[in-house]
Amino acid sequence: MTEMAPRDGAQAGSEAGLRAWLLSSTPSSAFQARCQRVYLSWRSFSRNPIAMVGFLIILLLLVVAAFAPLITSGDGTSQVLQDRLLPPSAEHWFGTDQLGRDIFDRIIWGSRITLYIVALVAVIVVPVGLLVGTVAGYLGGWVDAILMRITDIFLAFPRLILALAFVSALGPGLENAVLAIALTTWSPFARIARAETLTIRNAEHILAARVQGASTGRILLHHVTPLCLSSVIVRLTLDMAGIILTAAGLGFLGLGAQPPLPEWGAMISDGRQYLLDQWWVPTIPGIAILVVSMGFNLLGDGLRDVLDPRSGEG
Amino acid sequence: MVDVQPTETEEAAAEPFPPPIFVKIFRQVFTVALTFIGLTAITFIIGRVMPADPVLAIVGDRASTDVYEAMYIKLGLDKPLLEQYWIYLTNVLQGDFGKSIMTSRDVLDDLIRFFPATLELATVATLAGIFLGVPMGVAAAVNQGRWIDHLVRVVGLFGYSVPIFWLGMVALLIFYGWLDWLPGPGRLDVFYDGIVEPTTGVILLDSAMQGEWEIFRNALHHLVLPGSILATFALAYIARMTRSFMLDQLSQEYVLTARVKGLSPLGVIWRHAFRNVLVQLITIIGLTYASLLEGSVLTETIFAWPGIGQYITTSLFNADMNAVIGGTVVVGICFVGINLLSDALYRFADPRARQ
Repeated sequence: MTEMAPRDGAQAGSEAGLRAWLLSSTPSSAFQARCQRVYLSWRSFSRNPIAMVGFLIILLLLVVAAFAPLITSGDGTSQVLQDRLLPPSAEHWFGTDQLGRDIFDRIIWGSRITLYIVALVAVIVVPVGLLVGTVAGYLGGWVDAILMRITDIFLAFPRLILALAFVSALGPGLENAVLAIALTTWSPFARIARAETLTIRNAEHILAARVQGASTGRILLHHVTPLCLSSVIVRLTLDMAGIILTAAGLGFLGLGAQPPLPEWGAMISDGRQYLLDQWWVPTIPGIAILVVSMGFNLLGDGLRDVLDPRSGEG
Repeated sequence: MVDVQPTETEEAAAEPFPPPIFVKIFRQVFTVALTFIGLTAITFIIGRVMPADPVLAIVGDRASTDVYEAMYIKLGLDKPLLEQYWIYLTNVLQGDFGKSIMTSRDVLDDLIRFFPATLELATVATLAGIFLGVPMGVAAAVNQGRWIDHLVRVVGLFGYSVPIFWLGMVALLIFYGWLDWLPGPGRLDVFYDGIVEPTTGVILLDSAMQGEWEIFRNALHHLVLPGSILATFALAYIARMTRSFMLDQLSQEYVLTARVKGLSPLGVIWRHAFRNVLVQLITIIGLTYASLLEGSVLTETIFAWPGIGQYITTSLFNADMNAVIGGTVVVGICFVGINLLSDALYRFADPRARQ
């Protein structure tokens, strides 16, 4: 971001100039080439209406989470007991829950928890998967055999049950739920990274780096990992929905975020007994979960079309 | 699994002894054994770091230190960790998961009692997923880009994205609460409970065998909601995979040849292209079935379905370690077993996979 678009000519011509700069077939700097790639990806991505819907949903989620204090009137935990279980109205858009808390406020604040879970799981899972996968694929031999057997064991596990067992061992809570989800999610990433590594392990640029005396760690980090990233990111986006659903499931069972945190799954569980008479209490948080995980699924489908070289269309 | 095979298979092919089939079986057994050891080791570690004190849970907090120590030694907790694991492993191999604190019965007996309910639910859901999902996927592929394709895509997206426990609740609210078309939670209405002698534990089979058709109908009604809720994921997954497999086949030249030869469109689709899709679907269906066996945890909670998922979650809240671990191991074994079985079926059905 240090360089900006060239500013030759008048203000009116700058947009066309930027376009020309982005589409030039002879980029004069690495920065320009990188910008061009992002721009072209974005163009093919933005032509895909389904992916754009997903993108907008996730953007909305980010905006709502960032500006939660401005959108809501409280922090989502303030109780007004005389306003218990009010139906949706102009004052309380989504009604109030059994403790008189505004459900709209809680949904907004809950978006932060959802993002927190998703981001934390991603931050754990991607490096671990990349490390295991690239090391196994690049070194091969018995290192590969051992690492992949471990990966297979985690792949063979039933995920939700394993997460349940982990949370029960570590004790309920948001951080432990994140850890449990991460422990059950990293294995496919190792598989993907390994598969990618195998295809590029003997590529010319890797050999060149090795001849120049680069260490194994440097080759893995600077030459192998960047090439694995796009398929890992696609998989991550597609897995996000699963992560959100598992987190919500754990919250629903009382093993995730603890009250009074406005976690969406826990909100459904709290409102369960009011289902038949005050339907909005448990159903509205579910709609929030549905919309967000749908957004990630749509975005992931779109990203796959753009980023995954094997899908052919991009 | 795939990566190490080529070199060793080549070796086996060069030498007539040992025959390749034995090498393959040996490798399969080795993989299963390794997975089993990993499975038990992880659950064992989870059981050990669990905050609940297993001794305290048995002797109660009023016991004297002598009694506590005696129980501590009796449970083998004074031995080294590796030896404890070995004892645990040999016990599990003999079907001994220890006693449940909650029900004070052997965990294995409990599991045998609770498992059929989950089996019944997961089977019905998988069947529903197959019978709806496969035709939907084929229809979408044949009409690629038209409204039916978009419809299937939306249904698939919904099935992937919806929180299943929420869907179950909404379904209960609508079909039980508002419309009163279907019965509420549970496997049977209360007054039918305990009439049918459990032989298989699957109420549909038991009542049919004993000619209790009224109970059969009641059990079927109770199955409709949880079965279809659990089936949404299966449906989405199967429809999506069927669609992409079918698209793959329809672009092949043999399909074009069949069309050029003047076969009816339906004949081309079902007799030629679908045959090949069917083989690929075996793996997908196996995966679905295995994931539904474990995925029924949340559905069982919503519908008060006395299955293995509910058993695990309630044991969890009572810090009933043996029960949680036993349940996890059994579900894990089913998971691995079903995947192995579908793998074997696939090899059997597709000559190319046999090499």
